[in-house]
Amino acid sequence: MAEGTLGNSNSVQVAKKTSKLAIVSKFRELGLLAFIILLCVAVQARNPSFLTMENINDMITNTAILSILALGMMLVLITRGIDLSIGATLALSGMIAAQTVSANQGLHPILAILLGTIIGIVCGIVIGFLVSKFGILPIIATLAMMNIFRGLTFTVSDGQWISSYQMPESFVSIATSKILGINTLIVIAVVIYLIAFYFINHTRTGRQIYAVGSNPDSAKVSGISQTKILMLVYTIMGGLAGLSGVLWVSKFASAQGDTASGYELTVIAACILGGVSIAGGSGKLSGVILGSLLLGLLNNALPLLNVSPFWQMAIQGSIILIAVIINTLVKRGVVRNNLLRRKI
Amino acid sequence: MRRFLSKWAVVGLTVAMLAACGDQKTNQGTETEGGEASSDGGTPKYAMVFKNTGNPYGEKMMDGFQEAIEEVGGEVILRAPDQPTAEGQIQIIEQLITQQVDAIAIAANDQDALEPVLKKAMDQGIKILSVDSAVNANSRLVHVNQADPERIGRSQIEAVSEMINGEGQIAVLSATSQATNQNLWIEWMKKELEEPGYENIELVKVAYGDDLRDKSVSETEALLKSYPDLKAIVAPTTVGIAAAGKVITDKGLNGKVIVTGLGLPSEMASYIESGVSPAMFLWNPIDVGYGAGIASYALVQEEITGKVGESFEAGRLGEKEVVEDGDGTQIMLGDPFRFDAENIDEWKDVY
Repeated sequence: MAEGTLGNSNSVQVAKKTSKLAIVSKFRELGLLAFIILLCVAVQARNPSFLTMENINDMITNTAILSILALGMMLVLITRGIDLSIGATLALSGMIAAQTVSANQGLHPILAILLGTIIGIVCGIVIGFLVSKFGILPIIATLAMMNIFRGLTFTVSDGQWISSYQMPESFVSIATSKILGINTLIVIAVVIYLIAFYFINHTRTGRQIYAVGSNPDSAKVSGISQTKILMLVYTIMGGLAGLSGVLWVSKFASAQGDTASGYELTVIAACILGGVSIAGGSGKLSGVILGSLLLGLLNNALPLLNVSPFWQMAIQGSIILIAVIINTLVKRGVVRNNLLRRKI
Repeated sequence: MRRFLSKWAVVGLTVAMLAACGDQKTNQGTETEGGEASSDGGTPKYAMVFKNTGNPYGEKMMDGFQEAIEEVGGEVILRAPDQPTAEGQIQIIEQLITQQVDAIAIAANDQDALEPVLKKAMDQGIKILSVDSAVNANSRLVHVNQADPERIGRSQIEAVSEMINGEGQIAVLSATSQATNQNLWIEWMKKELEEPGYENIELVKVAYGDDLRDKSVSETEALLKSYPDLKAIVAPTTVGIAAAGKVITDKGLNGKVIVTGLGLPSEMASYIESGVSPAMFLWNPIDVGYGAGIASYALVQEEITGKVGESFEAGRLGEKEVVEDGDGTQIMLGDPFRFDAENIDEWKDVY
């Protein structure tokens, strides 16, 4: 990001020479986008029902929750952290929200969403506290909390599932209703992304997240409170996971103790695909959207292609690998180009 | 990733267990004597080990087991690991051996991984039987089978044929492609489809939802798109059938595509009431647990030893016979139970 703005100011002088690459440099995830388009064309050639409005709608709806979680994970990854507890947080908030609505059938769905988000925020604050105040490694702290939250889910549910007949129609319809003809899940995801876009790119705190991630020492010297920023990103992550928990339970109309078990890995994969660096400091919203989309696309397309289930996982892995390689190659070219321009 | 990790964990454990078994050989003699002494005097102890905690199906099975043991008299020990792993069950079985129980009924998380520890238990005079999900023939005396796999497969096809009037395309939505139970049932479904009377039914695809909500939903959506004339989805798995029911409901295809298979009554209640799924099947887990309890008792009393042809009085389930099952033997509990709009109300709160 930082180099991006630097490159732009320099590129005025050499605009004629490198105009094409300069455009590329503004959009580093081009490789990923090109790959997604290629994949779409290939799938469409094999199954014409792929690029229909209905299927695209299904696909984006199914990707909405993943993309919301990936956004939170991006913030955590930028600060050089990782959050393994989100699947468990999601299950816990989903379970408590489901139990609440099944006990109070008249509860407004917005209150259920709020409740889930608050539970997630509390979970996030606990992790943020462990990471920022005690200085526990994020991977250890979140691993421990993952088990604690998962255990709590089993405890509060007493091992029972909450099934669709116990949920009021209003709650289940969170995920099936439409706002302006668009599925509510998609609308929620878009709104969250718009807010995040403003927050990350146009507020001081948003920029400080990148500063803490790319160079913690100089961030500290320049007066940025690392504790505050870490606390903030884990709280946001927790809140988003809590929100996703309610949406998940509403979408599948069932809450069980092992909901979204292992889902954190899918979320991290979406971030990595989208070019977020595990080493911290870099990551863009556009990349995360594309990363989530690619995973959503694979989940949607592979069943349509009629490939053997034995191959599905291997194919999915290979496609992710190829996408990352293409993305890295394009990025490397862009970075080299930026360095060249800096010489002048 | 998880699967990869768990595979290595299993490999590591097997090695550890083999090493542990080596040590055990030396002091086996004395322990055996102790074990027998306890089974002669005092109340016999019957243990049941389920796959994992927090599984409503397992809770019901353990209730049934308890009911049976209370009926015949004895101490009940109900255990299950937090996660559905073989290593968790191995630890529990080790503890049960130390507690000198008389019988262990186990719903196994892995067919082979438990063999060393179960053999060790049997060497010490503990009666081992598997229930619901079998262990291999070497590591058990008998298996209590929830329902005859042949009947499970065939009943589902009979039911779906009746629902679509014997004509049209059907698809199967299963759990994982390696799931032993599901694959066996699907085999029997295919055999049933070859019988006369099903000439107009075409099985277009067996899809695998891996027992994950999101994947099962994607697979169902793909089935509906790839086969626009699809008449029915048969899902012999709890998560799959509920996911299919949800997709059909959301897409407003109620009446056009029907859903049936095996599912939990509570999960399926709303879809059975709305007519998306006119009927579905499952065995009664309480009866499965009860059957296992009575069978444990019969083994401990040496009424049966787990050989083909033996029979015993299984309380309210009536007389049961030990029959052949591959290399080993098993006790079949009967036909799966049919849930439909008539009876779902009384079952949806049970499990």
